Amino acid sequence: MALADARARLPQLQAVPHDPDAEQHWLERLADLADRFTPMVMTDPPDGLVLDITGCTHLFGGERALARDAMRLMHTQGMRVRAARTTTPEAALALARLGEAGRTPSVDTEEAAIRRLPLLALRAGNDALAAMRRAGFACIGDLADLPRAPLVARFGSESVTMLDRLLGRADSRITPRRLPAPIRAERRFAEPIARVDSIVAVIGELLAEACARLAERHQGGRRFAVRLYRSDGAMRDLAVETGQPLRAPEPVVRLFAERIESLADPIDPGFGFDIVRLAVPVVEALDMAQDALDGGQARSDDLAALLDRLAVRMGAQRFRRLVPQDTHMPERAMRLVPVAAKPRAMAGWDATPAGEPPLRPLVLLDPPERISVIAQVPDGPPRHFQWRGSVHRIVRQEGPKRIAPEWWRRAEGHDADPGLTRDYYRVEDMAGCRFWLFRRGLYERETDAPHWYVHGLFA
Amino acid sequence: MSNAIRHPEMKGVLAGLSGGDELRRHSLGVQAIDHVLGGGLAAGRLHEMFADEAQDEASAMSFAVMLALLVSSREGSQPALLWLREETAQRRGGLYGPGLADLGLDPARLVLGVLPDVKSLLRAGLDAVRCAALDAVILELSGNPPLLDLTASRRLMLAAERSGVTPLLLRMGAAQARASAAQTRWQVASASSVPLEADAPGQPVLRLSLLRQRGGAAGFNWTVEWNRDAGCFRPAALPRARVPLSGGGPVPLVGESDSAGAGWRIAV
Repeated sequence: MALADARARLPQLQAVPHDPDAEQHWLERLADLADRFTPMVMTDPPDGLVLDITGCTHLFGGERALARDAMRLMHTQGMRVRAARTTTPEAALALARLGEAGRTPSVDTEEAAIRRLPLLALRAGNDALAAMRRAGFACIGDLADLPRAPLVARFGSESVTMLDRLLGRADSRITPRRLPAPIRAERRFAEPIARVDSIVAVIGELLAEACARLAERHQGGRRFAVRLYRSDGAMRDLAVETGQPLRAPEPVVRLFAERIESLADPIDPGFGFDIVRLAVPVVEALDMAQDALDGGQARSDDLAALLDRLAVRMGAQRFRRLVPQDTHMPERAMRLVPVAAKPRAMAGWDATPAGEPPLRPLVLLDPPERISVIAQVPDGPPRHFQWRGSVHRIVRQEGPKRIAPEWWRRAEGHDADPGLTRDYYRVEDMAGCRFWLFRRGLYERETDAPHWYVHGLFA
Repeated sequence: MSNAIRHPEMKGVLAGLSGGDELRRHSLGVQAIDHVLGGGLAAGRLHEMFADEAQDEASAMSFAVMLALLVSSREGSQPALLWLREETAQRRGGLYGPGLADLGLDPARLVLGVLPDVKSLLRAGLDAVRCAALDAVILELSGNPPLLDLTASRRLMLAAERSGVTPLLLRMGAAQARASAAQTRWQVASASSVPLEADAPGQPVLRLSLLRQRGGAAGFNWTVEWNRDAGCFRPAALPRARVPLSGGGPVPLVGESDSAGAGWRIAV
């Protein structure tokens, strides 16, 4: 049935584009959640999870209680679930997908339920399925007790293996998901170390080990954490984040040295540290980098290293980039984003046409400062204004440029009070200083006494 | 006149070879200023600028942007300019991205650093000047901090010579000029612009005074207009000069009527 037909029959049908990557990702996340019941979890794309709960059931109060907990967990994630508990993984998948809904078979009725399964549970190819149907078989029970050799000859050996696994006659194991082992390195000392330069040297050695392992995995680290264990049991943590994934030990050692230097209270070694552990919690893929012919890669690496150093010493939030936003309101047209954040694809800055003077100010006052203005009502341009104690006589002005409030952002839209309109003027005073003024509110149409503000300063 | 070297290591090598005499000079676009400066603004040297009065602070900031545009190379989308401000300055008036774009600087090439005090600002500035990947570093300071003394400016100057980065020291808030190792020292004030049609304010016009130049003449004043499209300055029209409405055409002699048609207006 085509989508158009379906929509014709059911007008309220909602169509969402199929995103297999997102679905796979979501399935893996659900598998991560199911980790709390057992470490052996396998995903069966597109919509199946198999948990091997051998030996785990006593922790949750029995099989049934574990199954109930798992179902509840999936419900909280917004998923609708069909579950089955059996002795083999294939049987569990088949019963969950193809068995009767709403009945979880117990051990006694398991075999009977499996025998009632349709032939689809064998996961055979279309030819084998067609052949089985032609031979008159309708469900697993029909095939269960027949001698195996003729079945293998007619339908292939995979179907027969699957049949044995479904019935529990052949054992099968699942291949659980294994997450890559986190990268850790450790040094223990018989004689505790106390001096800062020995600590930094040890960190350097640990980093060399960790970076070798990162190189094997073709990854780079974004966050490096060191934990120092004092001989009396106290612990001290140091962490360093970088803007780009790094695999070389030297820059990270320098960053750690900076971090130790810039600590608010210095590391108190007491009697010394006897264990030093390094972990790389956040990693990213990093391939071998090719140097561009004109050194462009080296140049951006230098800059990234500088920004990392400054971020470690002074805080990553202090260094920002300017990012444009698509909005009419001038104070929202720009956002400051930390440099280390991944740049999203953004629209460019809209350019003033050639030959025009700057139409937007270099300095924007936030919030705009209220001024007293002499201007002709209802909507004459300003003639004098007083700001921060000094009077300015306006000699040249351009305007008004009207910016209406963004009514589409309000919950009631245009019906409710939309806010006050702004009329912007670009003015120059006798001394040559150029300002960006605005009047807030239209006289008599919106407010009785519109106020004037200075929003920005030009060159 | 400028033979800008792009590759960062070549910059350093050349600077080291000739002991700093091989300066890259960037023309400001105004013949008179270039002549006084000995060819143009020297990249890889420290330049200092002051705002004339409190109301001229935006003009001083834009002069810093304009000089940074002169010394920076045009290509590339990587950030090449670092602007370091104090928190108090950023709170008083923040830098506005569209305004920078209107002056000719692509805001994607700027990294803004907002630092809590003068000490961290000077440290960050020194580190940044040592990184040859940047083209210019603007350090904006307010008042007369005691930490900004001759030693600090000498350190900035030496780092700049070695790496080829141009530090621009922007002194706001009624700062007083003290002994410093800057190559040039400017005082910036805003001046009346040449109006457009319907008496609208025109291109930004600045009044520059060269207070001091190391190894050169000083004490000159110029009034210049910024030409965003060409990325350089041009001499501003004098007050009451006759400026053509449409480009070109001879200036009418005194007493001659300009009924010939090409419209003229009087710059105020």
